[in-house]
Amino acid sequence: MPAGLLGIEELDRGAIEAILSRAKDFQPLQSQSLKKLDTLRGKMIVNLFYEASTRTRTSFEIAAKRMGADAVSITASASSVSKGESLVDTLNTLAAMRPDAIVMRHAASGAPHFLAQHLPTPIINAGDGTHEHPTQALLDARTILDRRATLEGLRVAIIGDIAHSRVARSNVHLLSKFGAEIVLCGPASLLPRELEQLAAGVRLTTDIREAIQNADVIMMLRVQLERQHEASFPANEYFQFYGLRLEHLDLAKPDAIVMHPGPINRGRELSSEVADFQRSVILNQVENGIAVRMAVLEQVIG
Amino acid sequence: MALVIRNGRVIDPASQTDRVADVRISGGKIAEVGTNLSAPGAEVFDASGMVVAPGLIDMHVHLREPGFEHAETIESGSRAAAAGGFTSICCMPNTKPINDSATVTSYIVERARRLAAVNVFPIGAITKGSGGEELAAIGAMKAAGAVAVSDDGQPVMNSRVMRRAMEFARSYGLPVIDHCEDLHLSAGGDMHEGRLSVRWGLRGIPAASEDVMVARDLVLAELTGARYHVAHISTRNAVAMVEYARRQGLAVTCEATPHHFSIIDEQMLPYDSNYKMKPPLRGECDRGAVVDGIVAGTVSAIATDHAPHAGSEKMQEFERCPFGIIGLETALALALEMLVHSGKITLNRMIELFTTGPEAVMRLGRGTLAPGVAGDVTIFSTDASWTYDVNQSQSRSRNSPFHGRTFRGGPVATIVNGDIVWRKA
Repeated sequence: MPAGLLGIEELDRGAIEAILSRAKDFQPLQSQSLKKLDTLRGKMIVNLFYEASTRTRTSFEIAAKRMGADAVSITASASSVSKGESLVDTLNTLAAMRPDAIVMRHAASGAPHFLAQHLPTPIINAGDGTHEHPTQALLDARTILDRRATLEGLRVAIIGDIAHSRVARSNVHLLSKFGAEIVLCGPASLLPRELEQLAAGVRLTTDIREAIQNADVIMMLRVQLERQHEASFPANEYFQFYGLRLEHLDLAKPDAIVMHPGPINRGRELSSEVADFQRSVILNQVENGIAVRMAVLEQVIG
Repeated sequence: MALVIRNGRVIDPASQTDRVADVRISGGKIAEVGTNLSAPGAEVFDASGMVVAPGLIDMHVHLREPGFEHAETIESGSRAAAAGGFTSICCMPNTKPINDSATVTSYIVERARRLAAVNVFPIGAITKGSGGEELAAIGAMKAAGAVAVSDDGQPVMNSRVMRRAMEFARSYGLPVIDHCEDLHLSAGGDMHEGRLSVRWGLRGIPAASEDVMVARDLVLAELTGARYHVAHISTRNAVAMVEYARRQGLAVTCEATPHHFSIIDEQMLPYDSNYKMKPPLRGECDRGAVVDGIVAGTVSAIATDHAPHAGSEKMQEFERCPFGIIGLETALALALEMLVHSGKITLNRMIELFTTGPEAVMRLGRGTLAPGVAGDVTIFSTDASWTYDVNQSQSRSRNSPFHGRTFRGGPVATIVNGDIVWRKA
């Protein structure tokens, strides 16, 4: 199997640390006037997005360009998917054009893992179904480490639709490998018991106050209505029980930060005041996304 | 032409036979079992060191014809059956069109008569188009050769319809076979709901979806007095409930597949669709309960649920791949390995599970070496080592999780109505 980046679960601490530390090198670049390197000059990256995405796709595109690579983005609706071509055939066609890596987002869990068995090209997972979103966890870790010396011993609350969240799974794997305490919180029907066995140091609660108590980091998840195949919870009372409001923040550590993978829904998973709160680092996450993805691209094809 | 199978260990559970003997077949029927049988001019098969058993019966296969001949045909599926030691197979009605009428039943019977390597017995649908609403032409299908009814794969969710089907089937003396799955509980699921489905981000099929349906059906079986059979039982609770119903004296039976008594979800390769089937591979506690049910006699048949799918159908995103694996060629070897060599059951009991067990449900008039019965015989080894290469399969499909597995013991020759239809190369 070619070396790509399919998930956090299979990475060890060293590999994660290497990416995070390299991303730190790329951070200053983001505020310089000349932002472009030529490390990956002549390399070609295909961004293949089978699911709507603005921020992740743009972030990967910018990261590729800042590394000096050429990037082509394809969205599913504009490709041969709509003509009935199978995923394997589409990917084989793309692979025949000899890109150096394929960045892929797909609504089916495991789609990139399945393709990696059959393709010579390295695949970078930009989110597969409800499974993993490795670069999101990496940029989240980079964002936390910009404000904390270590992940070890941190209390991290992840709140929302955990069952359908690839962001939650990737973060759990990453944080657990570094010894953080993780509390997963959401409505019971979106919080399967088996999540506790996902990694060491994971605890579950359906009470948002308990989750936030003494937290260093509060990660809010988007309510993914598009992945709800059934009415798993009464949507009209979601905010009342699982929406993050300013008064909740008193329960957390005084310097706790609020994160969100975006796009945010003001008034659904967090109040507008929290979104604009001074310790909300949502835009830092977006900024770090580019540095982290530069590091990933360099590591995969550099 | 006559055939004599010499010096094998003849095991015929129906007549409580287990001794080294000869089996003579003449005119397509079993003529006699005895030592040093004289048979001038007969073809001789030397079965020294091998087991000679009544032809194995697989009461649950999918032959895909008519309608899905790219994945399997009656001919190719029956050859896979022969290569697996099966002399009789019962094919489920989920073809295209669905086998819900005497016309389709007759078509299958006729095609099988001309092309099949083994005996093929159709199972008719319970409802029209297996749509779960209107009863199919059960009586007419029986007259055309159907041996049971089932809406396998598309279980009847409407309990009132299921009740009527049981009443009707009972009056025709047919068993009702149910693929037990509450479709609301399992909706959208791709694998067993548990630690791994959550880890892999795949939607789960809870064991409860099987349990709920088995419970409903057992209540209806009691109400109607129907002969009722649970297909591919896979959960601890379902086994316990069937055991309870049998103790109450209900005419209830169940089958287990080799994959459900052999492997579990933890052994799946991530997102490999050769491990995707319904019911899904369950957890170790469920697998153990199925094995215990086999040991205790609650499970009375081994059936493969042989479900061929073309390579292109299985080469997709996991959630898009169809359910099912092929199983005819590995069933006997898995039963030997997991049940007999492991010391769980005797060889005699294993043969029951492949012969008298399914015979008691399907009433094909086979499954024994009694004189006068059709000359169906399976000769197998209990110790020869061999490796399964799915690319050499007689099936048109290649969807097996057991490719590359090395087994101890397996089929050596398959004799149907007195003819050797397959022998190990």
